[in-house]
Amino acid sequence: MTKYIIRRFIGLFPTILVIITISFFIIRAAPGGPFDSEKTLPKQIQENIEKKYHLDEPVIKQYARYMLSIIRGDLGPSYRYKDQDVNYYIAKSIPNSLFLGAISMIIAVVFGITAGMISALRQNTWIDYLSMSVAVIGITIPLFVTGPVLVYFFAMKLNWFPTSGWITGRYGWTTLVLPVITLSFNNFAYIARLTRASILEIMRSDFIRTARAKGLKTSVILFRHVLKGAMLPVVSYLGPAFSAVLTGSVVVETIFRVPGMGKFFIQSALNRDYTLILGTVIVYSVILVIMNFIVDIVYAYLDPRISYK
Amino acid sequence: MKKICLFILIISVLFSAFFVSCKKEAEEKGGGGELVVWNQAEPQSLDWHLIEGVPEHRIYYSLGEGLVSSDPETAEPVPGVAESWEIDPTGTKITFKLRKTTWSDGVPITAQTFVDSWLRILDPKTAAPYAWFPGDLIKGAGDFMEGTAGPESVGIRAVDDYTFEVTLVGAMPAAVSAMSHYAFAIVPLHKIKENPDSWTMPENYVGNGPFVLDEWKPQEILSVKKNDKYWDKKNVKLDRVVYIPTDDDNVGFNMYLNGEVDWAPEVPLEQLDAVKLRDDYVVAPYLGVYYYIFQVEKPPVNDVRVRKALSMALDRKTLVEKVTAAGETAGYSMVPPMAGYDPTPGIGEDLAKAKQLLAEAGYPDGKGFPKLEILYNTSDRHLKIAEFIQEQWEKNLGIKCELVNQEWKTYLDTRKQGEFMVARAGWIADYPDPSTFLDMFGSGKAMNGGKYSNKEFDELIGKASTMKPGPERFAALRKAEDIFITQDQGVMPIYHYVSQSMIDTTKWGGWYPNAMDWHPTKTIYKK
Repeated sequence: MTKYIIRRFIGLFPTILVIITISFFIIRAAPGGPFDSEKTLPKQIQENIEKKYHLDEPVIKQYARYMLSIIRGDLGPSYRYKDQDVNYYIAKSIPNSLFLGAISMIIAVVFGITAGMISALRQNTWIDYLSMSVAVIGITIPLFVTGPVLVYFFAMKLNWFPTSGWITGRYGWTTLVLPVITLSFNNFAYIARLTRASILEIMRSDFIRTARAKGLKTSVILFRHVLKGAMLPVVSYLGPAFSAVLTGSVVVETIFRVPGMGKFFIQSALNRDYTLILGTVIVYSVILVIMNFIVDIVYAYLDPRISYK
Repeated sequence: MKKICLFILIISVLFSAFFVSCKKEAEEKGGGGELVVWNQAEPQSLDWHLIEGVPEHRIYYSLGEGLVSSDPETAEPVPGVAESWEIDPTGTKITFKLRKTTWSDGVPITAQTFVDSWLRILDPKTAAPYAWFPGDLIKGAGDFMEGTAGPESVGIRAVDDYTFEVTLVGAMPAAVSAMSHYAFAIVPLHKIKENPDSWTMPENYVGNGPFVLDEWKPQEILSVKKNDKYWDKKNVKLDRVVYIPTDDDNVGFNMYLNGEVDWAPEVPLEQLDAVKLRDDYVVAPYLGVYYYIFQVEKPPVNDVRVRKALSMALDRKTLVEKVTAAGETAGYSMVPPMAGYDPTPGIGEDLAKAKQLLAEAGYPDGKGFPKLEILYNTSDRHLKIAEFIQEQWEKNLGIKCELVNQEWKTYLDTRKQGEFMVARAGWIADYPDPSTFLDMFGSGKAMNGGKYSNKEFDELIGKASTMKPGPERFAALRKAEDIFITQDQGVMPIYHYVSQSMIDTTKWGGWYPNAMDWHPTKTIYKK
């Protein structure tokens, strides 16, 4: 097991290196630069700015310079936001993104599993139909629709929550409700359906019939025998679920004005803020790669059929 | 099952009651002398020498002040750090008398502060995006900015601690007005020396505006509170101003509709019909022009007859009434109407003449005319305008157009390279003077992506830049505009802007619509 973990861990580095390299060259290939604006700068000022940020050097040299500074843990200065460097903006914004993401994940998992269980146990009753209909809605409607619809009803019509903002602001924790619902809805729906399907499948298997024949109570069968097996597909879905939360948070952060990394991610791409794009790409890919790694390990641990070799 | 339903019901009632009460409480706390502004984008910087956008300009009105500030009603210059000023008879030398005032940390502001600050923005090492502005205005400043002369060549001088003298490149009538711009700001050099990399952070920040920086959380909030050291603090009514950044129009506008912000500086196009009848919708003429640039070296628009035909065949009145619909005026001149200047009438609209010109150019009824590409940057507004023009040109002249849509930076690059036939553009005045709309079309100028070039035009613009203010100078500029638009149709003006804001003026005083859309926070108060 340890060997398997170490081998998988070492494998992460080349993946990240490839992502950085590809991103570095792709964004430089995009037309327009970080300092282009409607008011074209006098040539001399343009040159001075480029010199200041080493943009006048050959791309290969810029690449080498960038890689060396990453190794030192320095993501460089932002070309747009001039008062602080990329490290600062990421350090300020990533906790907000992670907090929103984590809460959304927890809610999706807890409610998804609960809804799936209830549906499976009350199969073909109104409660099953209700929760599965909600789940179908959750799977089919993209969050850039869910978000504004929630804002329209719950913020603008009912006035229960503010339209946007963050927990540290004037409206406090009320700002969290709508973005969390938006971000967790899709995953909740998937998890609910997965849980229902796999519980139903396991309930029909022989070892459950044996357990029933032995006279065990339903609750004991469910928690001791069914759930462990039924969780396998859910766990394997957690990797993709996490990436859905990450990419979804980019949209949700814009709709709800969450001061997270997703906003920088989008803005920096539009602004051609090379260093800030790369900084956010690096952080996102590191998170994604590590989450997938953890899911693999948990899966290997849960499922005895997976070999570590 | 009934129990579960009841439980869920109780929980949801409690939950919503809790949040509603939280919200009310929060709203009450937000009252008093606090103005909340939707400030569009996250500010690039609070170092006034490194900024270039409108959101930053709004914050500058709270945190900084130059020699002059601007009148909230007329946008004309009013005393700032300078108590008064005198312009010498030649119009090229301005002497400012400074008041005795200090930074928010008590350090005095003197004439030397201005000398040092202005040299900093001009210094090539600062690489300031707006350095061209003082560079164009002050004698010798351009040379220093370009690195061909030392700082001693710049025409600014501290005569004594409270007398500051500026020598201009010529008699620039709009010079004093321009000096309310952040490109002429002062910065606290003593603090910059102490914390070169973090002096704009709230814990280190020192300013000289009516407010000082209180809190700044990137992408979330920037708030300012009253500056006790400000020279005119008794006339500052607000305790706090809060700037909320979001680039998304609809998110920002929803905040306004829901009462979370007090002032929205723009209205999304699709919301326009719904808000037009509201009392808090404020619309005012704005010194800006929306136009199409011709790449005059590219066929078929290298032919002046084609350019004129295109311009004459566009029904601008319908465009501003049905498409943009916010009260913009049909524009035939590059320079919008402004006090004392009578813009060129342009060639107007005349369908028969347009067809005739097109036929003369060798394309009767549009036959043989190559597919005309219209370049615009991604935006609902630009798309709708381009579609309207496409339809007009096809219907009126038989010309087929292709709309080319590019994302902002790509579009800027294409425009700069001159790789287009017709491109959408807009221009907002940096200061209220016709030259701000015309200077950039000089031969070989960096912003002249359409490659327009006319020797006579260049000469007139050059001459006007050294002339004394007054009717003669305006006459020279008008002649230049006649050549550029009426004679050569170098670009095709489409409409003159209006500014649109949402603010309840029955609740907020001291906020006025004006032609520059400049709104100093100093004068705003809660009624």
